Amino acid sequence: MVEVNIPRSEGGGNMPNFGGFGKWIVPLTIIIIVFSSIGSIFYTIDPDEVGVVRRLGKYVRTTSPGLRMKLPWGIETVRKVRVQYYFKEEFGFRTKRAGVKTEYYEPGEYSMRRDFFSMNRYLQKTGLGTQNTFLAESLMLTGDLNAAQVEWIIQYRIKDPVAYAFKVRDMQGTVRNMAEAVMRQVVGDATVDEVLTYGKDIVEQQCEVKLQEILDNLSTGIKITSVVLQDVNPPAEVKDSFNEVNEARQDKERFINQAWQEYNRAIPRAKGEASKKIREAEGYAVQRVNSAKGDAERFLATWEEYKKAEEVTRRRIYLETMGSVLRNLERKIIIDSDQKGILPLLNLNDKEGEAYE
Amino acid sequence: MNNALFPFFIIILLVGLIILISAVFIVDETNQVVITQFGEPIGDPITTPGLKFKVPFIQHVNYFDKRVLEWDGDPNRIPTEDKKYIWIDITARWRIENCLKFLQTVHDENGAHSRLDDIVDGATRNVIAKHTLLEIVRDSNRIVSLEASDEDKIMGRQFAKIPDGSGRDIITREMLQRARPKVKEYGIELIDVRIKRINYDVQVRQKVFDRMISERKRAAELLRAEGEGERAQVNGMREKELQRIRSEAYQQAQILRGKADAEAIKIYADAYSKDPEFYSFLKTLDSYNATLDDKSTLVLTTDSEYFQYIKDISGE
Repeated sequence: MVEVNIPRSEGGGNMPNFGGFGKWIVPLTIIIIVFSSIGSIFYTIDPDEVGVVRRLGKYVRTTSPGLRMKLPWGIETVRKVRVQYYFKEEFGFRTKRAGVKTEYYEPGEYSMRRDFFSMNRYLQKTGLGTQNTFLAESLMLTGDLNAAQVEWIIQYRIKDPVAYAFKVRDMQGTVRNMAEAVMRQVVGDATVDEVLTYGKDIVEQQCEVKLQEILDNLSTGIKITSVVLQDVNPPAEVKDSFNEVNEARQDKERFINQAWQEYNRAIPRAKGEASKKIREAEGYAVQRVNSAKGDAERFLATWEEYKKAEEVTRRRIYLETMGSVLRNLERKIIIDSDQKGILPLLNLNDKEGEAYE
Repeated sequence: MNNALFPFFIIILLVGLIILISAVFIVDETNQVVITQFGEPIGDPITTPGLKFKVPFIQHVNYFDKRVLEWDGDPNRIPTEDKKYIWIDITARWRIENCLKFLQTVHDENGAHSRLDDIVDGATRNVIAKHTLLEIVRDSNRIVSLEASDEDKIMGRQFAKIPDGSGRDIITREMLQRARPKVKEYGIELIDVRIKRINYDVQVRQKVFDRMISERKRAAELLRAEGEGERAQVNGMREKELQRIRSEAYQQAQILRGKADAEAIKIYADAYSKDPEFYSFLKTLDSYNATLDDKSTLVLTTDSEYFQYIKDISGE
């Protein structure tokens, strides 16, 4: 088209006889061409994008955000690639509406999408039943030949816009297919309990590394930024029995806790009682020793004085004691020492009898 | 004169333009091209992008994609070497390596897809049938060397090993190697074959689920039994501890009492041994006081010391 204009404008200069219209045809054409090409010269690149420019089909440059210029009329074309944006792919579930409270599609609710039909066909063909559409993506075998339903997301960024633009045709499809293959490969190398509980981070990490490797080999220009497992469940058919294990584990804890509770209640009490008994014994000991000391002191004190007037004191104590003893007695029988033979005659049982003189 | 020539001039220009448009074509970064003349290919395929020329009108440009293309197979029900039926879903990446050959043998991508269906599915069948389910699912013997989890311990699970040089990665590579030379004659380069999905067939699945359920049930029972066992153990410990505390307290109390008794005896003995006769005198008199009460009868003779003066003032 460029070549067309030049001879015309030359011809236009020495053709005054072409009528009134002929006067205007050349400048008009130039004006139309200029104006129509402005739209195809300028273009803008948004802050999260770069522009990949091809001249006559061949890649020539990558342009950064801002107002940019290129050659018009399809000589140069630009493809905008969102290099800052984090793309996200969901597997085993779909977001219905993202927001403060994000809504997800119920398993049976999802329909009439391209991926719905492909998942549904898979389920029908493999006899998995079509109640849960996402089962096609989520159901996988684990390395111990069990099964698990794994939901996960991957996030990625375009690290090489040129490769992204030119190397792979169905980029999203490729990423999704590879992500599914890699996740199954990694889960296939783990036990079901790892996937369900304690090994999630290992699975995520291995998945990320493997997926990146594959995508690099295909020169997709994509950088996987994260692989995150979401809900991971045992298949619905066996879920109850998995829950039962959890319940049993809680039961076990409960049994043990109860036993320890009883232990903790009984032992301090027994310790208290024990120390009470020991304190009592200590009390007894103190009392016993003290009273012994007291008795001993008393005896020694008495004895000290007794020694000073042994005979008199002895007699006095004797007489005092006898006095008090005899005073209390109900019957006192005093027999003359010469009349010892009378003793058998006494009626010792007769309390009524008065003393014989 | 100029006036008369002007329309011709325009016509010549237009014709030239049409010829030019027919003579140039653009090959995009994503495309490759074969030029044919009345159906017969002319020259080598053009794979570099840019503005290209051909003979106008009689030569035709056939565009092909240069990028990596996808192939997604249908799920296939295949028996493994250990006669387990699985559904296997393969995905492959390929590209048109030689678009001339491609054009000649399969004509377009649809044709290529149907060849890939046959070849990749065939390779899959062959390779899968030579491997056990475990080798296909597993990638390595990682879980065999893994430290057993609580669950594994409870269920006493042991994981079988897969032979060295097997596993999913190697199996998929085998598929790729098997299929790759076969598609080469169509001008296709098979880049990558992956097992996208594996699932059990219906009957196998039910058996697997039954096994999973019984495994978990056993684990649940074992966990409860363990809990009960540990409870009994704690209870036993409690009883033992109680007995220990009580008996130790008793022992200590008895020791304390014994020591006190011993000390008391010593104190008494030390004191009383100064004058045993006086002690027995006092103690005897004390005991008279204690033992003789108003219900006792005492028979005494006048010989007794107490009454010595009753008959005789001199006490003789």
